[in-house]
Amino acid sequence: MIINHPLLGPRDSEEFVYLGSTDLINRPTNWEDEASAEDFYQYQYIRENVAGDHKELWYHEQGDQSWLVVTRNTLTHEITNVELAQDVSRAMGRGK
Amino acid sequence: MSKTRYSAFKVVKEALTGHKGWEPTWRDAEPKADGYDVIIVGGGGHGLSTAYYLAKNHGITNVAVLEKGWIGGGNVGRNTTIIRSNYLLPGNEPFYELSMQLWENLEQDLNYNAMVSQRGIMNLIHSDAQRDAFIRRGNAMLFADAGCEYIEAKEVKERYPFLDMDNPRFPIKAALAQPRGGTVRHDAVAWGYARGASDLGVDIIQNCEVTGFNIENGKCLGVQTSKGEIKAGRVAVCVAGSSGRVMAKAGIKLPIESHVLQAFVTEGLKPVMDNVITFGAGHFYCSQSDKGGLVFGGDIDGYNTYAQRGNLPVVEDVCSGGMAIMPSIGRARLLRMWGGIMDMSMDGSPFIDSTEVEELFFNGGWCYGGFKATPASGYCYAHLLATNHSHEVASAYKLDRFRRGAIIDEKGVGAQPNLH
Repeated sequence: MIINHPLLGPRDSEEFVYLGSTDLINRPTNWEDEASAEDFYQYQYIRENVAGDHKELWYHEQGDQSWLVVTRNTLTHEITNVELAQDVSRAMGRGK
Repeated sequence: MSKTRYSAFKVVKEALTGHKGWEPTWRDAEPKADGYDVIIVGGGGHGLSTAYYLAKNHGITNVAVLEKGWIGGGNVGRNTTIIRSNYLLPGNEPFYELSMQLWENLEQDLNYNAMVSQRGIMNLIHSDAQRDAFIRRGNAMLFADAGCEYIEAKEVKERYPFLDMDNPRFPIKAALAQPRGGTVRHDAVAWGYARGASDLGVDIIQNCEVTGFNIENGKCLGVQTSKGEIKAGRVAVCVAGSSGRVMAKAGIKLPIESHVLQAFVTEGLKPVMDNVITFGAGHFYCSQSDKGGLVFGGDIDGYNTYAQRGNLPVVEDVCSGGMAIMPSIGRARLLRMWGGIMDMSMDGSPFIDSTEVEELFFNGGWCYGGFKATPASGYCYAHLLATNHSHEVASAYKLDRFRRGAIIDEKGVGAQPNLH
């Protein structure tokens, strides 16, 4: 698979490390709350496991060390969109 | 329903009488109008063995196995055929040992030649730390009566002179073997269980895709299929590889990701490897089939996918693992390679459990170790379906174990499915 890095252009997926769904960006922020255990359980262990377009986190370990959000079809492996994870994260209202 | 008993006498008799007495191995059925006590979704190894043990051990014969395609067309038809019970953790080891014991009696039990070959499995050790870890695992195996053998490097070399003992990066220091491990003819497992279940009255319904579950007030009353609605007292999902997609129809999300695992077979070679050998420093496991091909596999590709094909970096990774222990494999040409979809769970261990929907049960999350578990998986799933209680050796395989912190993580890598 070729990942079209927004800064570096097309790179072989072998240069990257895969983490999982972009849902992992949304770590619960209510950790001081007793009731957050269920939220953390859902965050850590439960997956949508999408068959189709899947937004997922890839880390460019052998490149510029950036985290990317890749939209890839899990039925065909076709990659339709690649964004910097920091941009996606900011758009979600997370981070600085 | 007349059961043909297979024997050498029967073979000779049929040979002399023009092979007119053979019957279909199992009965191809259509759904009954008034439904079933138990519907098993998925006609793979685990589904068929569940049906067999439901009928045989618990006398529940008003059972249907629904299969979207043809039986045995999923992962039971495309694995590397290895059986073993060399696990470490108490949640796993007794379960896989039960499976091994069932393998040992499978052919007599089913009257079907599944070519169970206890040729032994040998896990190579490449460092002192690994030796310690393997000896610990060996002790766990001895506790579970699975048996194991520690083999010194000298003996490893005598037995398998083709191994690269003095590889600069991965020297072979010793090996941990399980002499009772081995291989089984994978398709025959599905066919044997199908025949056994069918003879006991189970309906095997092929080309019948489950498209939805009829759930009312939190209780499952049956399934919608490509052959119409079918009522059921109990629905047992058993579709590892497609668990996410099927359980989503019941509104249930799982602690599972779907990943692809590739496997390979070389052209037929003269006999060279009389057991199963695994590389300890990377991921590579290999045996020689009866046709002579070296059957081998390695790691999953590592990203979510439902496509039954992998990519080249993993091919290279697996083959370099093979080259590290047996350089001669480099001269063999690959005949075929293929990919299958695995339920990768969050701790690398499976599930056999009830669900939040009443009368809906789930069996899955087998990662890439489902084949060896086929008999025990069916045995324990049938026990759960018949008695409402988990079988004692499968009692750790609960869906809520992550919520309770009771994970069964053999590899110790945490909630990262692509690392298990």
